Amino acid sequence: MPLENPGSAPAEPVISAQNLDLTFQTNDGPIHALKGVSLDIAKGDFVSFIGPSGCGKTTFLRVMADLEQPTGGTVTVNGMTPEEARQARAYGYVFQAAGLYPWRTIGGNIRLPLEIMGIPKAEQDERVARVLDLVELSGFEKKFPWQLSGGMQQRASIARALGFDADILLMDEPFGALDEIVRDHLNEQLLKLWDRTGKTIAFVTHSIPEAVYLSTKIVVMSPRPGRITDVIDSPLPRERPLDIRESPEFLEVAHRVREGLRAGHGDV
Amino acid sequence: MRRSVVPVLTVVGFLLVFWYAAAVWLNAPWAYNKAQRAGETLSFSQVVADTWSQKKPKLPAPHQVVKEVWETTAQKAVTSKRSLIYHSGVTLSATLLGFVLGTGLGILLAVGIVYNRTMDMSVMPWVIASQTIPILAIAPMIIVVLNAVGISGLLPKAMISMYLSFFPVVVGMVKGLRSPEAMQLDQMRTWHASKGQTFWKLRLPSSMPYLFTSLKIAMAASLVGAIVGELPTGAVAGLGARLLAGSYYGQTVQIWSALVMAAVLAACLVGIIGVLQRVMLRRMGMG
Ligand SMILES: Nc1ncnc2c1ncn2[C@@H]1O[C@H](COP(=O)(O)OP(=O)(O)OP(=O)(O)O)[C@@H](O)[C@H]1O
Ligand SMILES: [Mg+2]
Repeated sequence: MPLENPGSAPAEPVISAQNLDLTFQTNDGPIHALKGVSLDIAKGDFVSFIGPSGCGKTTFLRVMADLEQPTGGTVTVNGMTPEEARQARAYGYVFQAAGLYPWRTIGGNIRLPLEIMGIPKAEQDERVARVLDLVELSGFEKKFPWQLSGGMQQRASIARALGFDADILLMDEPFGALDEIVRDHLNEQLLKLWDRTGKTIAFVTHSIPEAVYLSTKIVVMSPRPGRITDVIDSPLPRERPLDIRESPEFLEVAHRVREGLRAGHGDV
Repeated sequence: MRRSVVPVLTVVGFLLVFWYAAAVWLNAPWAYNKAQRAGETLSFSQVVADTWSQKKPKLPAPHQVVKEVWETTAQKAVTSKRSLIYHSGVTLSATLLGFVLGTGLGILLAVGIVYNRTMDMSVMPWVIASQTIPILAIAPMIIVVLNAVGISGLLPKAMISMYLSFFPVVVGMVKGLRSPEAMQLDQMRTWHASKGQTFWKLRLPSSMPYLFTSLKIAMAASLVGAIVGELPTGAVAGLGARLLAGSYYGQTVQIWSALVMAAVLAACLVGIIGVLQRVMLRRMGMG
């Protein structure tokens, strides 16, 4: 495919949504979950979606993952339709609950998608070891999920999504159920992982500090109908120690996100 | 374990007291009758002693049943036609064959119902209808029909066991195979898993707790089926045959000992499944 500006200019977006609409038909009438949503996500971006409950964050992510069919507009993922991208295993999806199988060890859980994809046994072992190391769970391969804390289980589920080396990660409130301290730690680890692997990440959250701390791009959404009200490109550097959260730049971005959320609420 | 011993013994104690009292009440008329004909009068203790030791009582006392069971198990060769172990073995083989067939049929139907919309809509009503027909009405027909095509012995009885035991398995397995959450199924979809992979790696393992619960009911139903299958044919062997022969000749002690044997057998079979369930589910992290 011809690149218009080889070299400097950003290449074709990894994920591109144009004028996306999605209406759920329910017994209580239609629900406009997404309306006129357009967004480009470039390679290597860390994009957070933030907004009040019911504004369509999950729905948007599920559309990208081909788990939901839009009623209007188009999405491309790696230049393909979401269905083709799913079949090409272009993304890893991390759900809010870890969803590990109790009858499989941590290693066995991470191996599950690899088995499904028909990856040879020797390579499976090697990949399991590598992603366990990435999420700092080496040594827990033979443990069962119930032997791990909630935070460790969530890391294992991230490892599982990393195992098959998709270059896109879709994460729907992966740390929503965890306490603040564990969450800080996982945020730090996730940033490191993103930095090391160069993956493109779409991340849903309810937390303003989390969104600002993690993202290169913050997408603010508002409900009824679900739509994008603001897209903020973060001025923060890639290298982010935890105490960057007290810096003026950080607070300024956080302020803008808060304003965006308030504005979304105001015009209901 | 410990804590359940006292309540269990208490209940058993109450049952025994009730049983002995009922034996006195039910067998006393015959004792008075005998005494009257012999022109004797009986003291209360004599009446009680008589009601607990009659040859053909209306309700045999527990110790009479225990004695009969002991004499027909431990004190008879296993091959003897009068050995309860022999008769239990005959019934057990039909029970187990029927149980295996019923479980297999039940699982197959459940898979069909879960994966095929047409089967989902059409099979379940028939499955339920099949269980509303009294088994006593249909058992002789099954046996007569199968005999007519030259099948006799173990298989017809096993068919009746199967008829009773497939039902709980279908119901349990449909529920079990549908037990994975929407999120887990979505997850499989994101990995582009095939239907077969989703079945073997997610649905089947998820259904195990439901399967074991169903198997316990199926096993008990299967034993009932095998005994019922022995009644209408005038079978010469099996616990059902013992029951029938006993009622023919008014041998109530023999009837009750066969009943006790059937209960013990059922308890053992269901207990074995319970142990398997505990071991397996603990291994799977679901116990
Ligand atoms: N399968 C569905 N059928 C009908 N309505 C749905 C369905 N999924 C989502 N909705 C509706 O669509 C709207 C957007 O839902 P969505 O789950 O995307 O919100 P969200 O932003 O993720 O909210 P939260 O922060 O609570 O997770 C909601 O009003 C929701 O009730
Ligand atoms: Mg959501």
